[in-house]
Amino acid sequence: MTTPTPGLRKRSGILRGDTINMSHGGGGKAMRDLIEDVFITAFDNAHLDLMEDQARIDLSALTARGDRLAMTTDSYVVDPIFFPGGDIGKLSVCGTINDLAVSGAVPLYLTCGVIIEEGLSVADLRTIVKSMKEAADRAGVKIVTGDTKVVDRGACDKIFINTAGVGVIPKHLQIDAGRARPGDMVLINGYIGDHGAAILGARGDLSLENNILSDCAPLNGLINDLLTACPEVHCMRDATRGGMASVLNEIAGSSNVSIKIKETAIPIRPEVRGMCEILGLDPLYLANEGKIIVVVPGDQADKALEALQRSSSLLGRESAVIGEVKDGPEGIVILQTTFGGERIVDMLVGDQLPRIC
Amino acid sequence: MCLGIPGQIVEIIDVTKNLATVDVSGVKRQVNIACIVDENHSVESCVGDWVLVHVGFAMSRINEEEAQKTLALLTELGEAQKEVEAILLAQAQAQTEATQ
Amino acid sequence: MKYVDEFRDPVLAQKLIVEIEQLTAQILKENKRFADRPIQLMEFCGGHTHTIFRYGIEQLLPKSIELIHGPGCPVCVLPMGRVDDCVSLAERPEVIFTTFGDAMRVPGSKKSLLQAKADGADVRMVYSPLDALTLARKNPNREIIFFALGFETTMPSTALTVLEAEREGLDNFSLFCNHITTVPIIKAILDSPNMQLDGLLAPGHVSMVVGEAPFNYVAGTYKKPIVITGFEPLDIVQSIWLLLRQLAQGQCLMENQYARIVPRDGNQPGLAAIARVYQLRDFFEWRGLGSIDDSGVRITDAYARFDAERKFPVPNIKIADPSSCQCGEVLKGEIKPWQCKVFGSQCTPETPMGALMVSSEGACAAYYNFGNLPELMALKEKAEVAK
Repeated sequence: MTTPTPGLRKRSGILRGDTINMSHGGGGKAMRDLIEDVFITAFDNAHLDLMEDQARIDLSALTARGDRLAMTTDSYVVDPIFFPGGDIGKLSVCGTINDLAVSGAVPLYLTCGVIIEEGLSVADLRTIVKSMKEAADRAGVKIVTGDTKVVDRGACDKIFINTAGVGVIPKHLQIDAGRARPGDMVLINGYIGDHGAAILGARGDLSLENNILSDCAPLNGLINDLLTACPEVHCMRDATRGGMASVLNEIAGSSNVSIKIKETAIPIRPEVRGMCEILGLDPLYLANEGKIIVVVPGDQADKALEALQRSSSLLGRESAVIGEVKDGPEGIVILQTTFGGERIVDMLVGDQLPRIC
Repeated sequence: MCLGIPGQIVEIIDVTKNLATVDVSGVKRQVNIACIVDENHSVESCVGDWVLVHVGFAMSRINEEEAQKTLALLTELGEAQKEVEAILLAQAQAQTEATQ
Repeated sequence: MKYVDEFRDPVLAQKLIVEIEQLTAQILKENKRFADRPIQLMEFCGGHTHTIFRYGIEQLLPKSIELIHGPGCPVCVLPMGRVDDCVSLAERPEVIFTTFGDAMRVPGSKKSLLQAKADGADVRMVYSPLDALTLARKNPNREIIFFALGFETTMPSTALTVLEAEREGLDNFSLFCNHITTVPIIKAILDSPNMQLDGLLAPGHVSMVVGEAPFNYVAGTYKKPIVITGFEPLDIVQSIWLLLRQLAQGQCLMENQYARIVPRDGNQPGLAAIARVYQLRDFFEWRGLGSIDDSGVRITDAYARFDAERKFPVPNIKIADPSSCQCGEVLKGEIKPWQCKVFGSQCTPETPMGALMVSSEGACAAYYNFGNLPELMALKEKAEVAK
């Protein structure tokens, strides 16, 4: 891959003041100072140093790695912007990387578009941008272009971030939601519901003291270890909003199969369980930001499990086989409960609201 | 109106207002213990109690003896069933031997 | 989790199931009245309905036992008119309207509280009425109203909150009181000519507050076995076993399966708080069931300053359910949810017509979310064609 000559344009902008104001989005000197001093300095790569309107990426370097470009985008509006285990910056990088990685793609480049509400503290912005860089470095991904807007107070909530990402899918991989077959086994790489529970806990209005951390993490390293040992993965999805239940339903629906999972096999932290019991929530529907559901041929399950558990990323230590794919009823996900009886796990309707009854 | 979850009182926060901290599987919350306090059981003596928590109130102290009794009943059921099965098996074996 | 996991033990459940199968066979053999119908047991409480569906209990039982889902779901029986009253209170600019989560989606005649929130009303979800009190302390220039709903289980918590507000001299806090009582509604079901119940699972957490005595009349006067039941799946299966044991032995008693939590005489501090703050209303409106005497409570005159209905004007209009709704029949257990003509078509969790589809305890929501929907819709179609 050709690298542009570093240091082509000397960065000179210095951001003044403690808070972001409208001039920082105005297109003039203040905006240049913001971009140079905060974003380009933090993200620190040769693409950004060129200070062009676009990042330029060598095509031959991409086609050498695979035969399909994977491209995705996501916007991040999480509240609160700082939560136990991460912040909106970390989330915006990991989420998009994971959306790429579950296709089998090697994630390579990200964009970073921010919409900042007038009044956001510069210190907070720097913390968020630093989190983005750390997450990107951990994943071996570069943030190569971006956009910055500042809006009036009240027009957005502190900061919204959009990241788009591209990666390359190696030729031999065929992973899609429609490939699950009866006899396949279903795996997950660890504890469910950590992110959803951490956010609920952090919101403060429910006054639940806890030590739960979001599981927000870039999963491309884990996925690479899995696919190296077990390239025949049929389906892979990250279980974000809507929880693992939604992903299982998507796969069952796309593949026209039934998926049966064992409640006793699903890894969950005691604290997350406690929070769900207090509020009457179902952990199957809680959001995750570092969990993948993997469907592999039955005879590959042991190998896949071992690869996840042993991954040097340490993000699969609590991996487990949680169920299997069956013939029918088509499109339906069935849970064998801890009590022995069975019930259906449907897609989430609306928002899960804490129960009283 | 039923959602209640067992938890353990781990500390008293405010004696006059009957407020304590309950621990449910590692998650802690403030609860009002007015319903489990009386002249025989003071606020301070609630520390360590297992209680049923409902909408921020400790509604009942869990009776450990009754809980054990309920479970023992069910375990004995299993014992009785095993005995019956053993008897039936012995009878069946005896019958088989008799006909041979 | 202590006191939870032991009561979800599948091994103990299996032992009970074996006993249940034997008792069922014995009852069917010895009782002619079950020649052409199943043994019908009603679980009154929405929390029990939720557990039954969440753990797939019904499939573990013999086919000749049918569980009938009762109306013990305070969200499900909230009339549209009262939801409109909530919305009208919430839309007052000085009001912060606080409520339990599951009440937010119940449809009023124009909108639900969730929709009112989206339209700009200050509606906030709280876990406890005490959280509403905290808001009152922190916002002295606003009026905080707490939507007090629930059976006797929740009355102590709201009553104690009012007493605390009184102690602190707060003048910006009130309750919109929709508490309902259990006994009249159980009587209404037992009196219903369409009902053939062989036994009842009584609401365990209501009993935790009111004690055992209020349920004696079911066995004494109506001659039906009744068991006060806990909320873990093993509690429910054990209670079913106890009811069957009574039926097999020709007994008719009130038993307390939930003795680890339910004291015989109920909760004295809770009952004392209720007696100070609340008194019975002459009658109260229930969605789908009409007006029932002595089935609701209101705030006593002594505590009128904490009564949102007296502090603020509310429309207080009785609104009939949409004519296609069969909520009442489902609530009374006369039909199964999928037999309602709008189940799954016009009435779904996303587009609910009645509260049974909204509340996580509602029988309709339980069938829709936990049941095999394609199978149920096929059953429904078959029934409609047969008519």
